Amino acid sequence: MGAPILAQATQVDTGDTAWMLAATALVLMMTPALGLFYAGLVRSKNALNTFMMCVSAIAIAGMTWSLIGYSLAFDGSGDLIGGLNYVGLHDVTFAPRDGTTIPHLVFFAFQATFCIITVALISGAVVERMRFGTWMVFAAVWSVVVYPVLAHWGFGSGWLMEGGTLDFAGGVAVEMASGFSALAAAIVVGTRKDYGRIGLLPHNSVLVLLGAGLLWFGWFGFNGGSGFGVGDPSVLAFTNTLLCPAATLFTWMILDLIRGRRVTAVGAATAIIVGCVLITPAGGFVSPGWALALGFLGAFPCYFLIVYRPRTRVDETLDVLAAHGLAGFTGILAIGFVAQASWNGVSDGWFYGHIGQLGDQALAALATPIYAFGMTFILLKLLGAVMPLRGPEPDESLGMDSIYHGEEAYPSGEGAILVTPEAGEEVPVPVAQP
Amino acid sequence: MKLVIGIVRPERANDVLEALYRAEVRGVSMSKVQGHGGELDRVETYRGTTVKVELSDKVRFEIAVTDPFVDPTIEAICEGARTGQVGDGKIFVVSLDRAVRIRTGEEDNAAVTPVSA
Repeated sequence: MGAPILAQATQVDTGDTAWMLAATALVLMMTPALGLFYAGLVRSKNALNTFMMCVSAIAIAGMTWSLIGYSLAFDGSGDLIGGLNYVGLHDVTFAPRDGTTIPHLVFFAFQATFCIITVALISGAVVERMRFGTWMVFAAVWSVVVYPVLAHWGFGSGWLMEGGTLDFAGGVAVEMASGFSALAAAIVVGTRKDYGRIGLLPHNSVLVLLGAGLLWFGWFGFNGGSGFGVGDPSVLAFTNTLLCPAATLFTWMILDLIRGRRVTAVGAATAIIVGCVLITPAGGFVSPGWALALGFLGAFPCYFLIVYRPRTRVDETLDVLAAHGLAGFTGILAIGFVAQASWNGVSDGWFYGHIGQLGDQALAALATPIYAFGMTFILLKLLGAVMPLRGPEPDESLGMDSIYHGEEAYPSGEGAILVTPEAGEEVPVPVAQP
Repeated sequence: MKLVIGIVRPERANDVLEALYRAEVRGVSMSKVQGHGGELDRVETYRGTTVKVELSDKVRFEIAVTDPFVDPTIEAICEGARTGQVGDGKIFVVSLDRAVRIRTGEEDNAAVTPVSA
């Protein structure tokens, strides 16, 4: 696969570009889909706020990525971080991006959607309690100091990539980065008021399944587009994105059956996400058979972390660590075992005679969590020193929707009296204190 | 024999249940209601439409008790539901003329005294 791409490296290929335009739109859709998934998992009084945390990631990361993030991630081959030549999209035009056959603008837009969803993913750790304003500031800073650095390491010619670590679609920058940042965020922001005292249940499991289905659909663009064209790696990753989550879903249902004698819907939705994450780093590097095996084996650690986590005092509310951090970690390591040069044209794993690949993968699986957890921890501690991370307790009781958005997800309309502002008369500020 | 009606904040309903349990009051009905007891209105905006929401969600407890249990029940509801802010709710106590346990046909005090198993 490497050869044809290099041969056309100076020319834009229409087929590749057409697919990448579609893939970019697919990945952007994943962020509202994640909003649905997350909103269904929280209580109804926080559904809008949870959804809005994801939506706000599009606004914030979309801007920071074009202004500075893209340059830090994808300009040059510095070990730790990229340069500043693409700041403000300077020089990002119709000419093909080096090493690809698609316009630089399309490459940029595709990568932007990755930064956006990674920021949105972290919100799962702090829903139902974090102040919305503080969240937006956090999202802006995180999308500049954490995501671009890890994106540069993993697939922007940084030290991991140059050292031989294989990461097809973001096991480093997206999955492990969001998962371990989520753990740090949950620890710094603290538990919800009622956590561990009363059951805090999903308010709408249909939304959860719908969101998971749409995420899976979008993931075909996420993984299938990470070959930057329609070559063999993209085709392999696309098909593996069908196989691996199917195997995880099957395994999860069996585990549910064994543990509780019932197959749960929220469990099935979670399994789809876990399966998609497992295959994200490995998509274009492992055979379809190994993708199925990865889906099966990878389900186990994630399943048991999700069962164990609520017994701890860490209110990592929507289990971003298990579904993304641990699954991404597993997928990255799996490449070191089962990658096959006959399928990917790049490198073999341990099982096919190249044990060194496992070392390269282990390095990424060690360095990424340390950076993501450490930076997010420090960042939120600093933010907490200058602005409150969460609102007062009564606000949490009333629900974030009414406090931060002045709306409800399911308004009854009863007792709602129309306020018609007279000319020059101020609309009263939303009164939140009961 | 009295009927104690407590209207409380929905987010305190669980604390009230806990307090009632500790006061050994058994036999409770609860329902979701909407009401207005003098607290400030919420203002919500949907696109260009701004509304004042006058009714807040509340939970209504109904507990039929024998006379010696009236005070413990009221104390338990107060303890569980009080936040000190406007909107904590009200308790009403009304006399009960008659009570019947459907299963056995027992009447009055015997009907509102819980049986084990």
